[in-house]
Amino acid sequence: MTSPSRLAGLLREGRFVVTAELSSSNSADPEATWRRADVLRGSVDAINCTDNTGAHVHMSSLAAAHLLVEKGLEPIMQLTVRDRNRLALQADLLGAAALGVRNLVLMSGDDVTAGDHPEARRIYDIDSMQLLEVAAAMRDRGTYLSGRKLEQAPSFFIGAVENPFAPPLEFRPLRLQKKVRAGADFIQTQLVFDVPVFKRFMDMVGELDLQRKVFIIPSIGIPRSAGGARFMQQKVPGLHVPESLVNRLERTAPARQAEEGIQIAVELITAVREIPGIAGVHLIGIKWEEGVVQVAERAGLLPRPTLSPLAAIGIVPSPAGGGQGGGVR
Amino acid sequence: MSVTERLVLAVEKPLKEAIWGCRMCGQCILHSTGLSCPMRCPKSLRNGPCGGVRANGNCEVDPDMRCVWVEAWEGSRRLPLWRDHIEQVQKPVDWQLEGTSSWINLLRGKDRMAPKGWEANDQP
Repeated sequence: MTSPSRLAGLLREGRFVVTAELSSSNSADPEATWRRADVLRGSVDAINCTDNTGAHVHMSSLAAAHLLVEKGLEPIMQLTVRDRNRLALQADLLGAAALGVRNLVLMSGDDVTAGDHPEARRIYDIDSMQLLEVAAAMRDRGTYLSGRKLEQAPSFFIGAVENPFAPPLEFRPLRLQKKVRAGADFIQTQLVFDVPVFKRFMDMVGELDLQRKVFIIPSIGIPRSAGGARFMQQKVPGLHVPESLVNRLERTAPARQAEEGIQIAVELITAVREIPGIAGVHLIGIKWEEGVVQVAERAGLLPRPTLSPLAAIGIVPSPAGGGQGGGVR
Repeated sequence: MSVTERLVLAVEKPLKEAIWGCRMCGQCILHSTGLSCPMRCPKSLRNGPCGGVRANGNCEVDPDMRCVWVEAWEGSRRLPLWRDHIEQVQKPVDWQLEGTSSWINLLRGKDRMAPKGWEANDQP
């Protein structure tokens, strides 16, 4: 077995982590993936490889994640239950482990009707909750869902998602609790543009004491233009973009909108960092890795920490920092 | 299919279709989902809503349909019993039971059978 998850090590040490989403590739040339990923090198702790994001076809997250491993970058492989049944999902999980992938984010996925193949058959053989359980069973008990034994269990750091902004709002924290029970070690949330709503969600999460059981990482979007922000507000399922934010960009001269978007992201990071129970941020600049680096720089998130030598080989000290973070897993 | 099973289905299917929009998954968990059938969800999600629910509480896939999980949550708050069952992790669907009678499967314990590798703690 190769090295354990570095991301897990940092979180368990109580560090405030930074992850980012890699633009998905439509190229058969691995250089295209490496070029974009290299922009993020040194500015983030781990990089999400998306799984047919927005239900549009791209290079598989498994392949992209492996390309990152080859170049010494730490991937987080996203996997949806939209395109694969339980056999294919487990096959890819095991293959990912063998290829050096340690971090997962498991989710339902945007519906096929949101994508470029709306006529496709949707799978949803199992749901995202059940996939968490399946991945945890492979890791913790060394079995497939069928009960059949693996020769060697994978060592996954298992992530899930939650959308604090979609109805039913009062059920969302309970659903998060279910995901923790099913095996989630960390959570990446939907993009946070509305901090007060996110704060109320985190209050409810605190009442359930979940921030002590799971690392919660809010996603921060970096709008590049007023048009982009308006598109996210109106067209992307599950996104909640306040009108005031779109207006702010629309009032900005087009040439300066990207700069303003970076400023907005920095302000959002500052605001969410004040909320108890936040373990890091996940930065998303759509096809804009350079924007991610600028935001990390301006938000004071650089340089990224190195893992202590003990943690690097998987020996975890008691969580630093006392108060927040410090998950049990 | 036995005669008994066919007779039970002749009652169960139209009744549950009329009341709950039942999809005959053969492993009914209506009492755990506020009496809102999760199989009406276009993603057949049995453990809660996806992240795509619209701000007005309607479905990401069908904008004219109320999200079955918004209805499930509201329904579960009105139930005198089973309120907390919505917090249980539900096992994967056994697609072999699709189209069969969940009443008979309930009596025979078939609807409670999970794959051998499934050990989720389903108690809230």
